[in-house]
Amino acid sequence: MLRDTWLVFCRVMLPVLRNPVVVVFGLAQPLLYLGLFGPLLGAGGWQWFVPGLLAQMALFGTAYAGFSLLPEVRTGVMERLRVTPVSRVALLLGRVGKDVVLLVVQSLLIVLAATLFGFRASVGEVLLGLGLVALLGVAIGALSYAVALKVKLEYVFASVLSATIVPVMLLSGVLLPMSNGPQWLYWLSRVNPLAHVVDAERSLFNTGPVLFGLLSVALLVLAGVFYGVRTFHRESS
Amino acid sequence: MIKARGLARRFATKTGPVDAVRGVDIDVAEGELVGFLGPNGAGKSTTLRMLTTLLAPTAGEALVAGHDLLTDPAGVRRNIGYVGQKTGASLDQRVADELEFQARFHGLGKHDARRRVAGLLDRFELRGMEKRTVATLSGGQQRRLDIAMGLLHEPRLLFLDEPSTALDPQSRRNLWEHVRQLGDDGVTVFLTTHYLDEADFLSDRLLVIDNGTIVGEGSPDELKNRVNGDLVVLGTPQAALVATRFADAAVDGEKVSFRIPNGDRALPGLLRDLGDIGVELHSVQVHRPTLDDVFLTMTGRSLREEANVA
Repeated sequence: MLRDTWLVFCRVMLPVLRNPVVVVFGLAQPLLYLGLFGPLLGAGGWQWFVPGLLAQMALFGTAYAGFSLLPEVRTGVMERLRVTPVSRVALLLGRVGKDVVLLVVQSLLIVLAATLFGFRASVGEVLLGLGLVALLGVAIGALSYAVALKVKLEYVFASVLSATIVPVMLLSGVLLPMSNGPQWLYWLSRVNPLAHVVDAERSLFNTGPVLFGLLSVALLVLAGVFYGVRTFHRESS
Repeated sequence: MIKARGLARRFATKTGPVDAVRGVDIDVAEGELVGFLGPNGAGKSTTLRMLTTLLAPTAGEALVAGHDLLTDPAGVRRNIGYVGQKTGASLDQRVADELEFQARFHGLGKHDARRRVAGLLDRFELRGMEKRTVATLSGGQQRRLDIAMGLLHEPRLLFLDEPSTALDPQSRRNLWEHVRQLGDDGVTVFLTTHYLDEADFLSDRLLVIDNGTIVGEGSPDELKNRVNGDLVVLGTPQAALVATRFADAAVDGEKVSFRIPNGDRALPGLLRDLGDIGVELHSVQVHRPTLDDVFLTMTGRSLREEANVA
């Protein structure tokens, strides 16, 4: 299974390596947040805002991953791969691996860009922060592929995404502290696992409690990979 | 190579269950080229998808390439090649990469994979296209790439689903030659088609499927012989008179048509007899039965219209 996952990873990675411009385009959105939204938070805001921005990248960067699967389902690519003995789990995890690697590279570039604005972090903090981002990427990526495989149609997948991602992002406190709002909104955010991951990401860069965040991300990874693997097995028994 | 018993598939739909395949028995011996002929929606692809592990049967069992379809699908996958109806290569991948990964997904090492890829590039006239992306290939080239991908692990059994759909006549012909070559090399080929000429050219033996059931089986010639003789069409002003001399003769203006066994040999004597009774003839045509006639006699419906449209 490891060999298969590695092979699937290499196969989907090759076109990206041959055309790395895609990675740069993926940086446009977080750079805009960094340049046009970050300064609104004032000089001390960077330490608070950048970790949240990384979590947001994990959300937006991998939630759309499922789109890359749909053309392969519609043409005969997935079918052709399914008639090989390649592990079904590898078909999922190899793809998730590609998305997570791209996410980590992009996150690193954003951290470097943020230091130009005044963000400061140690190498260890950055490594831990990127590790948490990668785990979140695994969870959301696996979920995204599974949902894409279930709904099969681009326009359905697109509406599922916009209906879920925006509320999840708004209730995670990446843009403004949830504690600024009324009680009900704060408690609503506490039900959102991403809010805890965002808190943990901030704690990693600024010292603070990380337990809830780590538990949340562990649960998300378990749920995402379990659901993803199950869907890949079912839809391609 | 294939032994299927009572293989069936029922789909649940909003308007109730649909039986796409209603229990088929299929036997294919080693080295055979077997065509699975039927109109669109007859259950060809569903049967093929079951035999290739892509779709679980709702009833029945099958032994494919020596492995049980239900209990050992992985064993089946290791020993068969499958070329689906739609193209199996990603448009953004390079030709040689897709081939090499396909070989490695079948468990080959890097070195062996490259060697096999090189052989298949030559064989399927894809040399020089290794570094091109799949999107830049013509339809015929993509199809040859699909077949090459199905052969990297040197399977003894190859499934082809509608291999020549959407190809121009020249590419079709070329593809057919490649498939025949596989047969000559001893590979067992099981292919679906709704083209009569394709079934006729490529198959040693045909299974005719209609409405989820196999309605006929035999070599193209055997099946044609089951149609009651050759069609003879005579042009004559005395069509009605001629019609009285043959069973089931049809008159259409100054044309009379009827079927007789071995028309090519029977015709000279028949024409002499007609001359003796004073019948004047303008034209004579003899048609060997086509697979369309076969399909018509077996199912009461014609394949031809669909084949022409597609």
